[in-house]
Formats: sequence, structure tokens, C-alpha cells
Amino acid sequence: MSTPDVTIYDPIEPAGEVHEMRRRQWGVLVRATMHQWRSRIGLVIFVVMVFIALAGPLFAPHSPNQFVTAPNSPPSSEALFGGDNLGRDVWSRFLYGGRSVLGMSVAATLIGVVLGLVVGLTAAYMSGLTDEVLMRIADVFMAFPQIVLALLLLTAFPSSVILIVLIVGLSHAPRVARVIRGAAQQIVERDFVKAAEAVGEPRHRIIFGELLPNVTSPLMVEFGLRLTYSIGLIAAINFLGVGLQPPSADWGLMIQDNRLAVSVQPWGVVLPVIAIALLTIGTNLLTDGFARAAIGIDRGGE
Amino acid sequence: MATAEQPASAEQPATAVQVRDLRIDLVSSGQDIVESIAMDVRAGEVLGLVGESGSGKTTVGMALLGYCRPGGKVTGGEILIDGRPLAAMAASELRRLRGGTVSYIPQDPGTALNPALRIGTQLSEMLEAHRSETSAEDQQARISETLEEVALPGTKDFLRRYPHQLSGGQQQRVAIAMAFACRPHVIVCDEPTTGLDVTTQARVLETIRDLCHSHRVAAVYVSHDLAVIAELADSVAVMYAGRIVERGPRDAIFSRPRHPYTRKLLRAVPDMAGKRAVVGIGGHAPLPGDRPHGCFFAPRCDLAIDPCREAFPPATEFEGGHLVHCYRAEEAPSELPTTGEGQAPAQAGDVVLAVEDVNGYYGPVHILHDINLEVRRNECVAVVGESGSGKTTLARCISGLHSQYKGDVKLGGERLAESARQRSTQARKQIQYVFQNPYASLNPRRTVGQTIARQLQLFGAGGSRRDTGRRVGECLERVSLSAAAANRYPDQLSGGERQRVAIARALAAEPSLLVCDEVTSALDVSVQAAIVELLRDLRAETGLSLLFITHNLALIRTIADRVLVMTEGNIVEAGATVDVFTSPSAEYTGKLLANTPTVEAALDR
Repeated sequence: MSTPDVTIYDPIEPAGEVHEMRRRQWGVLVRATMHQWRSRIGLVIFVVMVFIALAGPLFAPHSPNQFVTAPNSPPSSEALFGGDNLGRDVWSRFLYGGRSVLGMSVAATLIGVVLGLVVGLTAAYMSGLTDEVLMRIADVFMAFPQIVLALLLLTAFPSSVILIVLIVGLSHAPRVARVIRGAAQQIVERDFVKAAEAVGEPRHRIIFGELLPNVTSPLMVEFGLRLTYSIGLIAAINFLGVGLQPPSADWGLMIQDNRLAVSVQPWGVVLPVIAIALLTIGTNLLTDGFARAAIGIDRGGE
Repeated sequence: MATAEQPASAEQPATAVQVRDLRIDLVSSGQDIVESIAMDVRAGEVLGLVGESGSGKTTVGMALLGYCRPGGKVTGGEILIDGRPLAAMAASELRRLRGGTVSYIPQDPGTALNPALRIGTQLSEMLEAHRSETSAEDQQARISETLEEVALPGTKDFLRRYPHQLSGGQQQRVAIAMAFACRPHVIVCDEPTTGLDVTTQARVLETIRDLCHSHRVAAVYVSHDLAVIAELADSVAVMYAGRIVERGPRDAIFSRPRHPYTRKLLRAVPDMAGKRAVVGIGGHAPLPGDRPHGCFFAPRCDLAIDPCREAFPPATEFEGGHLVHCYRAEEAPSELPTTGEGQAPAQAGDVVLAVEDVNGYYGPVHILHDINLEVRRNECVAVVGESGSGKTTLARCISGLHSQYKGDVKLGGERLAESARQRSTQARKQIQYVFQNPYASLNPRRTVGQTIARQLQLFGAGGSRRDTGRRVGECLERVSLSAAAANRYPDQLSGGERQRVAIARALAAEPSLLVCDEVTSALDVSVQAAIVELLRDLRAETGLSLLFITHNLALIRTIADRVLVMTEGNIVEAGATVDVFTSPSAEYTGKLLANTPTVEAALDR
């Protein structure tokens, strides 16, 4: 072996060069992701849609609840894409309406993924009865389609933003848990987990210290996938009228408001539909690209 | 350097395989995987291709089948099978060649046989592809004959079985039967006995040897196991870092090796007679693209002189067609002895670990039967057994990883709880476990430093971060790694280095007993020797006790003070190493000893 050089370094926080290496590993993953056309297209769509959702209100010519024109009037000089069912500016409501969709989707996804992660890792590590109980509960939740579960709970309780986010998040959790459990089960069998057990490492440290870092790739993929579903689901809840209530400007709700006049003034429906579709497709393409890159890299690393 | 083509004659059998100056490159970078490979194999002759992992021996073996793994490409030289160049063959010709003229025995028959098809179906598929027996009876007769040759029953009942209904040895013999079924002229064996127990291995080797000789098949036997090669081969080629460094008749290679690498490799092979201790080779083999200028072995060679660093040495020929690529081939035999001193057993102290009447279970299955053993201070006790003997279960019971057992595991006279979690911190600290596979026992997402620091945190006195950092460095230096290795992730280290890290982690707890579960079986022989040396030195320095679990009899001869032989969950023999090896009392031990291949025994024969 090489001669021991006496460098004092910090073993707990890896030194600069290690950070450098970690960054390079991420760099490899990002490059492999961006090497694919699907991810590039996905990224462009995603960035544009997020920009519209976040910065849109800055460019809106009118306030979302200001009556600008006659109800269901076609595009004109004062209303670029015409008026909605109450005579409000469709373009302005469109620019305002993305924030709620995006914000609620991200929040719901975070809740769902974190909860699913904890449940999935715990089930994989504890196995036996704990695994059985957790997964059967998850099965029960998964027996209901997500939208049905959401409608059921939203009709039982008074609707609020927080409740919608919680429900959507909860309905994701069992699905995330299944995937993470599957990924973690292979890790649990590895000897380094047994090594940690032999030295009496506390259970929570095994779960979060040994297992978690080894399931980051499937976790990222799950996050992207669930975000895609959240967007669709939240838009649907709002469209069905059990979510956000008028006069909120929201893409889902806009479709609901304007759907009766769609043959007379299509823009009130078309704009939010395109927006929701693009946001979903964008996240999906990006996630898919990342998943492909991660699989390739994980396999190469074996 | 290679002999010119010889006309086939009665005394001189035809050369079935000729390889001339073969070079295989990585397509992506143009770096060579193997280069300047030359060899001849005559009909009825077995050539042993020896090398450690990454030496390119499998690449060469596969090339004989006209196959390159993805990313590789033959860029130079030629391979002639029965005098016909492989490169000139069309794809359809190659397909007929494979399995027909040249066949292959894989390393792992478990994955080479199709689990969904019956043995009979797979054998007849093989025959249909290459032979033109028209009637079903002819084919049946042929199958029965083939199976008989490998000592398997050719009965209907047997042919109707699926691969999973056969033992590992039987599976391998089916694979051999398939390889020999079409009467090939050349056969490539890629470590076909690596996954097998010694008893099974001995029988499989015998089968291969008999078939090659009786059917005049030219065989290339690829292996890392020098003892197996010594048993089987007529001539030997030693590969290092993609080149053949020494080639010649078996006796010349094993009795009068001239290349420093061959000499050191032989020194690393455990000696069953216990006359010498194993010595490892420092450093590690260079990877493609990382190979030094000149002789690839020079950086690890004690005899390296200036010319070695300038150009790869050409072949020097010694008597009997013994070719050596070394500038110092003349001096090597006198400068690098392949024999050395054995070592005296250490003075053992008080009992550290006592296992009393342990009966282990896996659910309803009774695995361990009334196990009793003792390990004293500064003693190395080896537990030997074939796979399925329960030796690993025993090790896991002792370290608290398998808690389904009855009986007592006592540390310093005190009974321990079954599961590691219920044991005291002190007990967990005293018994440390080193796992078989260093590729799985280290968390890939943590640096070596983080892994060891955690161990120090759990068992050492708390200290400042800087202090921990210093101690991590010390731990690594104790296992001959540089302190800078702390900043590396496991995937940046070689197998041997990883196993050193795993040992460093165990030692960081300052244990009194180290349970080593097959710690060298995933490693190359030179690395194995280095790890064994390390453990021996650590024991001498710290008075550490070792419980060494292994299937490798030869290995323990040089390191263990006492040996326990296990089979089917019972200890059938226990005693001082010398006694067990020289006068085994149990029949099973005798069988194990007789079946373990060794270089010395093979040369005496």
C-alpha cells in the first residue's frame, strides 16, 4: 500500500474533494438525463409552465376578479382571449390560475412522498408483522381510485386548501410506499445492514442512515411521477367543484366555470386545459428521462 | 517466439487451437484489454490459463468461441481453430462452430441452464442444432451415452427433471455433458468448479480430464486457482494485466517458474503441508488504460530494473518450450524463493468465547446440533465445512445476528443474549464480525471515513471531530491503507482494499474476538494472502482472538491453531491444526483432505 500520509481531515463532513466527487456523480446523472430528447423537451415545457404559473400575475392586464367585458364575449381589444361566464378577462384569470395548481400539487406531492418513504422504509426494514400490517393498510387505501377517495373525504369535511393538499398527499402515500419498500427490500438484505445491526445501531439510524441514501434514485423518480399525478388530480378536484370555490382563479375551476359556453367562447376552457396538459406532460417527460438515466447509471455502477 | 505451424503426424497430434498475437480493444477508448496473446493447444491437451481477476483470461477464453463481450473488439492477430481462422467465418458458420466444434463450460451452471426447460429438452436441443441424427431413438441413445460419460443416470426420470431439481455438482455435470455432446474438438472451461464444494469439484475435474483425454479434445481451462490448474493442465499460461507473462509445460511453470509474478503467485497459494506461510503481493494489478510503460508488473516487482520500465520484455525461451516475458528470468529463481518458513503456533491465554450445547434453527429446520467450542485469547480457531454445513449460521449465532438458537454463547464466562440488540454495548464491542463479501458489507453511499467514524462513535470514547479524524486515520493505517482512503467511497476501492476497510471497521471497536466469515473467498489469491498476513500480524500485535470460518482447508493450515470440522450442522472433528491435517480421525475430514487440490500433490502425481 502507499505510504501513510498524515493528513488531518474531517471524517464526518467529507472534505472538499469528496464534495467535488459527489457533485461529479450528480453531474453524470444530470448529463445522462439531459442527453435524452425527452428530458430536454420536458425541461423546456416544465420551465415555461412554471414560469407562467409563478410570474404570470405580474403580466396580467387586469385583476382576476374585475369585470372587464360582457359574459362569454369573444376576444377583443380589452380582453385578449375574451371574457368568461361572468365577463372577467380570461387571459388574466389564466395567468393568475397556475399558482394554486402548482403550489398545491408540490405540497401534496411532498407530503405523499415523505409519508410513503417513511412507511416504505419501515415496512422493508421491520418485515414480518409490521410489514404485513402497513402494507395491508396501504392495500385498502389503494383499492379506492385516488379521485374517488378524494371526493369521499371532501364531501365529508368542509373543503379547504389544506385539506385538499392533505388528501391528495395521503392518497399518494401508499403508492410511494410500495415502490420504496420494493427498492429497500433489496438493500435490507445487504451485509452492511447486518453489520449495522451487529454493532447495535439504533433502528431509526439504520432506516435513515443506511437504507435511505441507497434509495434516492427511485425516490426522485417517484417524486416526479407523483407530481404529475398531483397536478391532474388537483385540477380535477377543482373542476368537480369540491375543491377551491369561486371566485378563486384556478385552472381547474376555470374549466368548470366556462364549460357550458365552450361552443360560444372556447378560450375559457382551452387555455387552462392546455396549461394543465403541458405541465403534466413536461414533468412526466423530465421524470421519465431521469428514471432512464438513473437505471442506466445504477446498473453501470453495479 | 511461437512455434511455426506443424504438420499433423502420428506422434505429434494436430494443433486444434492456435492463437497468434491476439489483441482485443475496448471500442470506446481504444485501450487494449488483452494484447500479444499467443498460444497453441493440441488435441487431447489441456492448457491452463491462469490469472487473477481483471487479467483478461475470460476475454481470451471467450474469443476462442468467436465472441467478444459488448464494448470489446478483436483488433489484431488471429485465432485458428483446426487451422481455420475465426475472423474469416460468416455469422452462420460461427454459429455452427459454437457448441459444435468449440464448446463452452460456464462458471455458473445455475444460470447457464434454462430453469424453465427439462434437462432432456435442453440436451436434445443441443444435439438438434449440431448433429443430424434422424431418428428419435438415435438421439435418445446419444443423450444416454453423454450423460453416462459424466456419471449421471440417463434414465427417463432424470431427463424429465428441471435444473433446480439437481444439485450444483449435477448441474455442472449436465453443462459438461452438453459441452461434450457434439464431440467438439475444442472446449473452453471458464472456472467451472469455482462455485462447487471440494468433494464435488474433485469429481467434476476428474470428469473433465477423462473426457478430454478419451475424446482427444483440446481444452482451455480458465481459472484463478493454481491448485486446480496444477491438477488438470498439461501446459500453463500465466496472464497478468492482459498479457501472457509466462507459458510452458505444467512442471516447468510450477517447479521452475521464472517470472517474478508467477513466483509470487505461487508463494501466495496456501500450503496444505504447512511448511510455509502465505505471502501476499503488494499493490494491485493495473486496469486497462492505467497500465504502466514497460513491464506491467514492474511497479510491484522486487527485481525491477531500468529496462523493465522502458519496454515490455520480449519472450525468452528456456528448455522445453518454456517462454518467459521477463528481463530477469535468469535471476528470478534464486532471488525470489517460492518456499519459506512456517510459523510456530502462538501462546493461547484464557477462554474468551465459549459456545456450549448450541442448537440452531431456521424456523422448523434444525440447523446446528449440540455445538461446543472455545476460543482462547490470542488463538485462531478455524471452523471448516462445505456449503450448507451450518458454519455461517454458527458464526451469526455467536455475533447475535441469528437469534433462533438454544444453548449458551458465553463471552468471558458471561452468557450473552441471543440477539445483538439485546446484548450489552460491551458485548457487541468485544465480538466483531467481518463479512464474506466486501462488496456488500460497506454502505456504498458512505465514505470509508464516515463508516469507521460511526464505529468509533458507537464504541470509542467520545472525542472532538478532529480527534475522531485522527483515529480514523490510525485505524486505516493499521490495516495498511493510507489515511487518505478515508475520503473515498467503497466503489473507488479494489476488493482487497474494501476488505481491509471492513477489517479496520471491526478493529475500530477494539474487540477481543474477530469472527471472520469466509473473509477471503471473494478475493484473488494474492489479495487473500495479503489479508491473511494482515490478520496474522494483527494477532501478533494485539493478542486478538480469531474465529475463522472457511471452506478452504489449505488456507487454515497456515493460520489456525485449532480446527473444527463441520458437516450437516455437527462438529465431526476438533483438534490442533497439525493433528487434524496429518492424522484426521473423522472419515469426513479425510475425504475433505484427499479432495482438496494442491499444487504439491498434483506435481507429485
